[in-house]
Parts: sequence; structure tokens; C-alpha cells
Amino acid sequence: MEVAYLIETIIKVVVVLTIFSALAGIGTYFERKILAFMQRRLGPMNVGPYGLLQVAADGIKLFTKEDIIPTNVVTNVFKIAPVITASTAFMAAAAIPFLPSFDIFGYTVNPIIADINVGILYILGIMGVGLYGPLLGGMASANKFSLLSAARGAAVFISYEVVTGLSILAPIMMVGSLSLIDFNNYQIENGWIVFNLYGVGFVAFILFWIAAFAETGRTPFHLIANDHEIIDGFGTEYSGMRWGLFFIGEYANMFFISFVIPLLFLGGYGDGSLLGALALLGKVAFFFFFFLWTRAAWPDVRPDQLMWLCWKVLMPIAVVNILIAAIIMI
Amino acid sequence: MFEAIAFYLFAFLTTLMFFITVTTSQALHALTALAAGMIFISAFFFILGADFLGAIQIVVYSGAVMALYAFGMMFFDTTREVKEKQGNQYIIAGLSVVAAVLVVIIFAAPMVTDNITALYPMTEGVGNTQDVGMVLFTKYLVPFEVAAIMLLVAMIAGIVLAGKKMDDSLTAMNESEIEESNARRLS
Repeated sequence: MEVAYLIETIIKVVVVLTIFSALAGIGTYFERKILAFMQRRLGPMNVGPYGLLQVAADGIKLFTKEDIIPTNVVTNVFKIAPVITASTAFMAAAAIPFLPSFDIFGYTVNPIIADINVGILYILGIMGVGLYGPLLGGMASANKFSLLSAARGAAVFISYEVVTGLSILAPIMMVGSLSLIDFNNYQIENGWIVFNLYGVGFVAFILFWIAAFAETGRTPFHLIANDHEIIDGFGTEYSGMRWGLFFIGEYANMFFISFVIPLLFLGGYGDGSLLGALALLGKVAFFFFFFLWTRAAWPDVRPDQLMWLCWKVLMPIAVVNILIAAIIMI
Repeated sequence: MFEAIAFYLFAFLTTLMFFITVTTSQALHALTALAAGMIFISAFFFILGADFLGAIQIVVYSGAVMALYAFGMMFFDTTREVKEKQGNQYIIAGLSVVAAVLVVIIFAAPMVTDNITALYPMTEGVGNTQDVGMVLFTKYLVPFEVAAIMLLVAMIAGIVLAGKKMDDSLTAMNESEIEESNARRLS
């Protein structure tokens, strides 16, 4: 029994790791293509048909490039920072149910690595730890622009965490559990949380969605690696695969948060049929596309504007939302 | 068996991290080791089956140490070594040994005399999140609310101290307005 469980878990971990590492690469291809179409360009076209092999070319470049450690950096911290970003992104995935459970050769597979009963708290906590990567990378780099980028990272961290925490409280009160599987089962019986409780669910959904942009560091909150400085913020001193790990972490995070939003608010995988599973993948695709769409359509905000938005606008709304939810439910 | 392996692994890692925190003279190493140690502690909660406290440990301490980083960034060049003023090393070593022995005795004393009983045993059929909530809002309601009021007082004090000129934005003002506001502040 125990050995079978161990083998099953290891297989699941390997599958999740490979699929999402590959998806992170393919995600960059989608991003470049979609941005190009929205800006009336062609995007990558030269490597392979429609530039499809661009991912492989980028991969070869990242893996074979020299790994440079500049002389004045704090070596240990500098080396470990990208690993934190990538590994925490995948650790967070341990509590996400990617698909409904299905049978394969008479063996029931639950596509979740660990169904702990505090799933959503664990996911958000670990994703929060992921911001240590940019912070440490920036501070250890001995570069003023990297340091500024790390400072912006700290500012982002202390602003968005309050909003994510408070916005999911109302749904948690409805469901009465922190496990994402319980969220899904609740929504089978009571309908999607977005439409529940006279708009309370909808407000929570919008707040969480906005905070998700800050969490993954995407435009309009792409201020950790500030594009306006032309250089890459905390990643300025990095090269080769260490920079690539930052990259994989960011895109894996985007995919995982795109899984979490539908599971929390939009019915998840429904009743577990094939249709439900496909619907979940469709929702994930939409949210991932929306990240890219916003990047093409919106400018970045300043750090002080982000803090103003989170603390003075979103946090009061979230608190009032919880109060209203509590009053209605009593 | 897995529990024992995990326990000893994380016990070693946590001790190592906090050892680095207090011995290194490099601010960035100290802060990073502190954050890592805090996060490794959550593993003990997970091993004991207290998932909720484990997740809370990660959420709370990663944010708290992040604030320490911000201070470190303002006060030091974190990539350089800090020159520490070493006092009498024997006093430091002696005091830390005495403190460590005291802590061990405090925690070991009830175990030796077998005086440990669970006043609030786990309720059957509910998760530990609900259990924490039940104890927190019955037995420990008053300390919980007092702690909340204390935090509120600290927050209001912080806002009063720091928020005097919160609505003035230097980027939105022109040159003469900035000078005017500086003059007002100095007078």
C-alpha cells in the first residue's frame, strides 16, 4: 500500500514538473505571437513553421550559455535566488487538483499530489515565498538597478498579500473549508461562487483576479522587473539557465494561478465528467490569454500607485465585502 | 519511518539556518537564513498533522521577514560584510548556554513528571482549522481580542507617526510648491 502510494506520488510529481516546465516554454511562444498579432506584427516566424521551433532554439540557447557569476555579488544568495522562484512555483502546485479523478486500467488516479485540508492557504503562502527570488536576486546582485527592483518587489509583496487573503475569505466562509476539492464539490451543488450571495462572490472574484496580476508580477503590475529601465530589473546580472529559472518560475506561476482562479470561483472541473475537465482547461486557457491580453493593452503603474490601489481601494472593498457576506449568511 | 527521516532532516536544517543567522557577519546571509529557518519550522507542524498552523507559519513569517529585508536594504549595503563590535565573548557564550539549558528544562519538566494532559483534545470529524477556531474563540477569546486591540493601537500609532504628509506627492508638485512645503515643514 505504502509503496504503491509512494510510486504514484513520484510519478505525479514528475508528470507535473515536465508538463509545466514545457508549458512555460510554449507559453513564451504564445505570448510573443499574441502580442505580435495585437500590435500588427508577425512575431517569431523564422525557426520552424510559424516559428514553432523558436521554443527549442531558446531552450538550447539558455542551456548552453555560460553561467556568469559577477565578482562583487554575494555568491551563495545570488546562486540560490532563481532556484527559489522556480521551486516554490512547483511546490505550490502540489495542492492544485488539475483534473477530476479518472480511471486508467482499473486504477483510480487523483490528479492532485497532496490533498491537504488547507489547500488554498498553502498555495497562496508558497506563491508568496516565490517573491523571495526576485528580492534576493536583486539584493545580492551588487547592482543599483537590481537593488531598486528588489525594493519594488518588497513593496509589491506587502501590498497584494492583504488583498488576496481578504478577498478569498468570503468564498471560504461560503464553503466552510480550505481544500480546493471541497470548493469544487460545493460549486457542483450551489452553482458557481461568482454568482453566489448577491454579488459578494463576484466582488471577491474581481479582487482576487486583480491581486493575481500582482502575485505573478504581470503588466499592469510588472514593476518588479521594470520594463521602462530597458534592463531586466533583478535579472540584470543573471545569465544562462539561472535567468531561465526565473523565467520558468514566472510562467509556471501564471499557469498555476490560472488553475486556481476557476477552481475557486468558476466551478472548477464541475461534476468530474470529461466535459467538465475540458471546461476547466478552457477556463485556464482564457485566464492565461487574459494575462497576455492585458500586457498588450495596458501600461504599467508606478509602485506608489500600486500601494495606493491595494491599501486604500481594494482592501476596504474586501473588508466591506466580508462584512456583507457575514451579515447575509447569518 | 518517513516521519522520523523528515523530522531529523528538518531539525538539522532549522538548527543550521538559525546558527548561520546568528554567526554570520553578512546581513544578506543572516536575513536569508532567518527566512529559510522560519519556513523550515512549518515542516514540524505538517509532520504533526497541524496543517493550518503550518500554512500560517509560512504566510506570516515570509511576510514578516520581508519587512526586515526592507529595513536591511535601507540601513546597510547588504552585499558588504558588517564589522561587528565584539563584546566579552565568554559572557555571550555563557549566557546563551544558560538560556538554552533553561528552555530545555522548562519544556522537559512536564514530560519527566508525566503531567501533560490535553485540555482540549481534537474534536472527532472536523479538521484542525475548525479545532483551532473553536479553542481560539472559547477558551482563549480574551487574550485573542486583547492581542487584536494591541495590534490596532500599534497600527494607528504607526499611521499617526508616519502619515503626516501622506497626501502630498512630490512627483505631482512643481518646483515652487515643493519649496513652499519644505519651508512650511521647517517653520
